Amino acid sequence: MDIVSSLGSGFGVALQPYNLGLAVIGCFLGTVIGALPGIGPVNGIAILIPLAFSLKLTPIESMILLTSVYYGTMFGGRISSILLNIPGDAPAVMTCLDGYPMALKGRAADALAISAISSFVGGTLATIGLTICAPLLASAAIYFGPPEYFALFVLAVVAVGGVGTGNPAKTLIAGILGLVLSTVGIDPASGVPRFTFDSFELYDGIDFVVAAIGLFAISEFLMFLTDREGGQGKRLPVGQIRSSFRDLIFPAATLRSSALGFVIGVLPGAGATMASFLGYTLEKKLSDKDGTFGKGDPRGVAAPEAADNAAAGGNLVPMLTLGIPGSGATAIMLGMLVTLNIQPGPLLFERQPELIWGLVAALYVSNFILLVMNIPLVGVFARLLTIPTRYLMPFVVVVSYVGVYSISNSPFDLLLMTLFGILGFVMRKMGFSMIPLVLGMLLGGPMEQNLRRAMQASGGDWAILVQSPLSVGLHVVSIAMIAAAVTFELRGRRRARAAAAP
Amino acid sequence: MTIRTKLGLALKGALVLGAAFAVSGFAGPKPECIAPAAPGGGWDFTCRTVGRLLQELKIVDRPVQVVNMPGAVGAVAFAHVAENRSKDGNLIVAASSVGMTQIAQRRYPGDADKMRWVGMLGADAGVVLVKADSPYKTLGDLITAMKGNPAVAVTGGSSGAGGYDHLRLLLVARAAGMGAADLRKIRWVQFDGGSTAVTQMLGGHIGVVTTDLGEISGFVESGQVRALAVLTQDRLPGKFANLPTAREQGFDVVGLNWRGFYTGGQVADGDYDKMVAGLKRLYDSPEWKETAQKSGLTPMWSGGKEFEAFARKSVNDLRELSRDIGVIK
Repeated sequence: MDIVSSLGSGFGVALQPYNLGLAVIGCFLGTVIGALPGIGPVNGIAILIPLAFSLKLTPIESMILLTSVYYGTMFGGRISSILLNIPGDAPAVMTCLDGYPMALKGRAADALAISAISSFVGGTLATIGLTICAPLLASAAIYFGPPEYFALFVLAVVAVGGVGTGNPAKTLIAGILGLVLSTVGIDPASGVPRFTFDSFELYDGIDFVVAAIGLFAISEFLMFLTDREGGQGKRLPVGQIRSSFRDLIFPAATLRSSALGFVIGVLPGAGATMASFLGYTLEKKLSDKDGTFGKGDPRGVAAPEAADNAAAGGNLVPMLTLGIPGSGATAIMLGMLVTLNIQPGPLLFERQPELIWGLVAALYVSNFILLVMNIPLVGVFARLLTIPTRYLMPFVVVVSYVGVYSISNSPFDLLLMTLFGILGFVMRKMGFSMIPLVLGMLLGGPMEQNLRRAMQASGGDWAILVQSPLSVGLHVVSIAMIAAAVTFELRGRRRARAAAAP
Repeated sequence: MTIRTKLGLALKGALVLGAAFAVSGFAGPKPECIAPAAPGGGWDFTCRTVGRLLQELKIVDRPVQVVNMPGAVGAVAFAHVAENRSKDGNLIVAASSVGMTQIAQRRYPGDADKMRWVGMLGADAGVVLVKADSPYKTLGDLITAMKGNPAVAVTGGSSGAGGYDHLRLLLVARAAGMGAADLRKIRWVQFDGGSTAVTQMLGGHIGVVTTDLGEISGFVESGQVRALAVLTQDRLPGKFANLPTAREQGFDVVGLNWRGFYTGGQVADGDYDKMVAGLKRLYDSPEWKETAQKSGLTPMWSGGKEFEAFARKSVNDLRELSRDIGVIK
């Protein structure tokens, strides 16, 4: 079949020493950029575009550099999630849930290794998916119209209930607060500003990165200040990977999440964060028999990591075949391609086969480089934890402020980040989890926007939301999830009451 | 090129990258271009492409630093320049018809006269699209159907209601004699970009798209969508010469999304003149013509006083139109 020969010639391009060198540099820079709080894949790629120009790279060379950075950030984002409970970028939020508890138990090196391996599997499977059926998938993506996207986001919002730890009321409150915060800014449909208090800085809404860094990094710092035991006051046991290789792979969790992540990645507008979140939720639903998720279950690390890397690969499908960016990072790559006089879209596969296949081959190569590069580095990263917190935390805070300012050039954002830090601090003291809040902020905007689009298209007729089998199916799943959660909760209470009765 | 020289270049590139982080300008020693949007959009493209060419053509001797300042369709950058950088002769800010629409609808903190308008280098053609198997074969077919029932087809594009993509469609409908009440009944759906809107149309979720040709030209070439009309004065040159204009079908509408720059309102005449001259040199180069054509832009020059007048006139025209169709009061 000609896929094999095309891919073969692609590897011929990707394995040229110079291209291989670019991939190694990209992977390394990506890992570092991903690990730094505040600088995620979007900004990582944006920062490197001038480099690609000044090196006078050809389109294929630039794309190899940028995609390896992209895959690298997906690998790197988890490092600070696991070690510091501060996600390096949005998709790594879910990795905090079980990664950080693993680190607290002295299994930081294991957690890093698990995430590297499952990232590799997710990324590679997604690349295989991209190789075999990109054009086919692209035509499937068009079946998702506004009502279907709305149903998908409703499902995601319902699933937020499953990630909170402990008190369901607190999960609900945090999730709703997140949704409320997502309404700040110009209403995209009508152009009317909402909750902006006449401040132009708020017209585009609250930047997710600003909020997330405040809620995680700054609040962690405040926790540390008030409570020396906060975060990780005690020195944690670190060291090398202790488990055998067989204990570091979770085939079922990784494969399921990779498949889910890839499918979500292919849908433009859903992206890696939603993938890692749903991957985690699915895994928790399916395999959390003993209630170990959230307390350092390695499967809770493997699932979101496989899903977000698979989604990163999936995201490239609509970018290359339809010219639609599925995420912020692919939007920049798309811009880069256009600047290099390459028009992404339906004709790209026909017109630039050497570019596409070289790029696909480079994706396999960078995934492999990342795995090889990351496993030996596990020990180095884990040793970060031996730095006393009183030196480490101020450093993280400085990097966070510099990172945010270097991207937005806005003093207002620094202030906002501080306010979110205080909010996060207060809420954490009161026993709230930050994850539902952050997910609410992420999901609220697109959920509302797609509802509005559906309403605009139907002229205000709500029936449009249940007119396709796809959206009905998604809504049924959401309802079933709510019903299951309520029954489970009631049964739990009844049992508790029965146990309390004499 | 050997690997060694490429590595040398890599090192140099890293240094350039470092320097680019230092500070900000244009006519002065540190040229800077603000893209009032996130990386990846049209304004970002304008800054990055023009910045790259300015350096390649040695019009500036340092790399042009591109700063992304997203927010409120350009209002955040506009406010920033008006407040802090109104005299900065090193700075240009990417602008387009989309931003002019915002100024016209008073969504920026100030009017066009708050800035000095440097020049435009090219324009993207507006285009009215339907799916290849749509029953509408000509712009006339669509308009006749819409006159019968304004909600007959759901329309969409990359701007919100009242934004430039929407206005261009309404301009066509108005030219066909539809009244203000009917114009308001046309259903408009906003998407994140032209390609997204077209893909949604391919999926059957909407029926008509008006947007810029450049971003979605691949879909026209592949035959998946039909361009009912391009909104240009005359037919486009080159590969899109077969697309009919709205004018030749009897709808006298031109909807170009031009790409150009403004600078602070208090920039000294000397600096301003240097900017205009620099951009003109860029425009005259074959490199710009090639870049523009490949990205779907028609090269088009206006600069200095002429462009100032053009900017003010287009704001006034757009304001009048927005008022007519009830987008603003």
